[in-house]
Amino acid sequence: MRKTNDVMHRRRKEGQFAQVMHRLRKNKAAMLGLSIVLVLIVLAILSPWIMPYDYTKMDIKNKYATPSADHWFGCDELGRDIFSRLLYGSRASLSLGLLATLLSTAIGVVLGSVVGYFGGKVDTVIMRLLDIFQAIPGMLLSIAISAALGSGFGNTIIALSIGGVPMTVRLLRGSILTVRKQEYIEAAEKINCSKLRIITSHILPNAIAPLIVSVTMGIGNTILQAACLSYIGLGVQPPTPEWGAMLSAGKSVITRYPHLCIFPGLCIMVIVLSFNMLGDGLRDAMDPKLKN
Amino acid sequence: MGRYILKRLLWMIPVMLGIAVLIFSIMYICPGDPAASMLGTGATQVQIEAKREEMGLNDPYIVRLGRYLCDVFLHFDLGTSYMYGTPVIDGLMERMQYTLVIALSCMLMQILIGTPLGIIAATHRNGIADRICMFIAMLGVSIPAFWLALMMVVVFAVNLGWLPAFGVGGFKYYIMPCLANCLAGVATQARQTRSSMLEVIRSDYVTTAKAKGLSERSVLLKHALPNALIPIITIVGNGMGMMLGGTVVIENVFSIPGIGSYMTSAINSRDYPIVMGGVLLLGLIFSLIMLLVDVVYAFVDPRIKAQYEGKKRRKSHA
Repeated sequence: MRKTNDVMHRRRKEGQFAQVMHRLRKNKAAMLGLSIVLVLIVLAILSPWIMPYDYTKMDIKNKYATPSADHWFGCDELGRDIFSRLLYGSRASLSLGLLATLLSTAIGVVLGSVVGYFGGKVDTVIMRLLDIFQAIPGMLLSIAISAALGSGFGNTIIALSIGGVPMTVRLLRGSILTVRKQEYIEAAEKINCSKLRIITSHILPNAIAPLIVSVTMGIGNTILQAACLSYIGLGVQPPTPEWGAMLSAGKSVITRYPHLCIFPGLCIMVIVLSFNMLGDGLRDAMDPKLKN
Repeated sequence: MGRYILKRLLWMIPVMLGIAVLIFSIMYICPGDPAASMLGTGATQVQIEAKREEMGLNDPYIVRLGRYLCDVFLHFDLGTSYMYGTPVIDGLMERMQYTLVIALSCMLMQILIGTPLGIIAATHRNGIADRICMFIAMLGVSIPAFWLALMMVVVFAVNLGWLPAFGVGGFKYYIMPCLANCLAGVATQARQTRSSMLEVIRSDYVTTAKAKGLSERSVLLKHALPNALIPIITIVGNGMGMMLGGTVVIENVFSIPGIGSYMTSAINSRDYPIVMGGVLLLGLIFSLIMLLVDVVYAFVDPRIKAQYEGKKRRKSHA
């Protein structure tokens, strides 16, 4: 009996999923975004093998070299090839964006399900605490936390993720509150299902959809914020070839050698744009009534 | 309505207390020793220890927290800067004008540019105007503001020489910082306005208004827009938070002596009272703006207004 239920459940979900994917496939902008994201991820993984020069190799003769056939994006203040550094740096930038968003979503999902399911006093206390977090502009909170923890990869992830938690909790809480009233939740409660099981296997799968869009867009936004942090001297710092750190290293000579800043900035823009286009497309695909 | 505003104002007290506790705790775990950085590299261990004792840095966390909260909320004293030796509140007040000018003009630009763009996009849905507006909006949320600022400096200040590259002064000095900082807000506003207008345009009363033979213009401005405004207003408040955070970075690009650059230089010199004071002040400004937004919200939406007044009436009956 349970088996057939599971199968039916899965089939219905696959139906929904297939519908969403079908609509997504027809959205050209979203598909473009998705392909750029995928290509960049593949390039980031392969970067140590495909970059034309060693990203740490200094070559004083080519100091501040402008873009040429040998060095596509030119060279930086130590004569290092900017194209190779950008390629290798995509690892740091992408993983910062992905991991920080993942962490903030994980915290948000745990808090959001507790708040949404139990309600009452727990709800009041946690939501009021989140009010405090939200009363500080997000960028400011990241700056303060990043200053407190110090620079470095892990610390930057923590600093970037905390700002995103309140929004995730709010979003999930709203969606859980509607799911919670459904009959199947009541049924699960009546047959003495454990609370953990109700939340993880009955509520979350049905309430998590709105998060998918916010996570996709959140990755882009996090990459932007990471770059901001590096720029003002927090977060990941030079000589790590992270895109924001490269910008920050090039800013002092920008009037004479703007190519040190142009290319890292363009890279950030392209990746954020792709995540945003994908997120937009996903939203339209999951909520088709907005489109018509 | 007055009752609601009062309630919200009272609720701001615990929120501000919370922000103070939060930011104090964050700064408490900061690495580095302010006493050592104040005395410079030549100081001996004994001197540093004496300075720590004098500054109260050796007291336990809870004592220091209590002292800070007491100073801030009972005496309105944000402490003294370690580096400059001047009261933090004076430093903040001196610099607040620059930050507020940028943040508020960005907010105005967000409303005045973003909303029309969104309306144009919604009314020409899937047409060429819609595509152009939405592409600009999409770019706007994806470009790093400080990078755009740097590029503008290169083009307009260094190469063309039209605008000053950094510093403060007349109107000219604010053009580039405001443009760079408002872009994301304008873009978000345009996107939100578009989707909110599209939602409203589909509703029955708009069809009725069109069926009555009203002109397209009056249907849009009198029937659709007021209803679409409600979600748009919320975005204005959120945008303000974004702008306030953004100014911190933008002020650094243009060397504007506002709260943001005051705070970032304080972070580098471990001057914690300035960082805490800055966060508290910006948090207060942000909370006040959010309150204002909520009040406007209630005025625009008669349903929400009626809710508050209905409650009052019911209470006076009981």
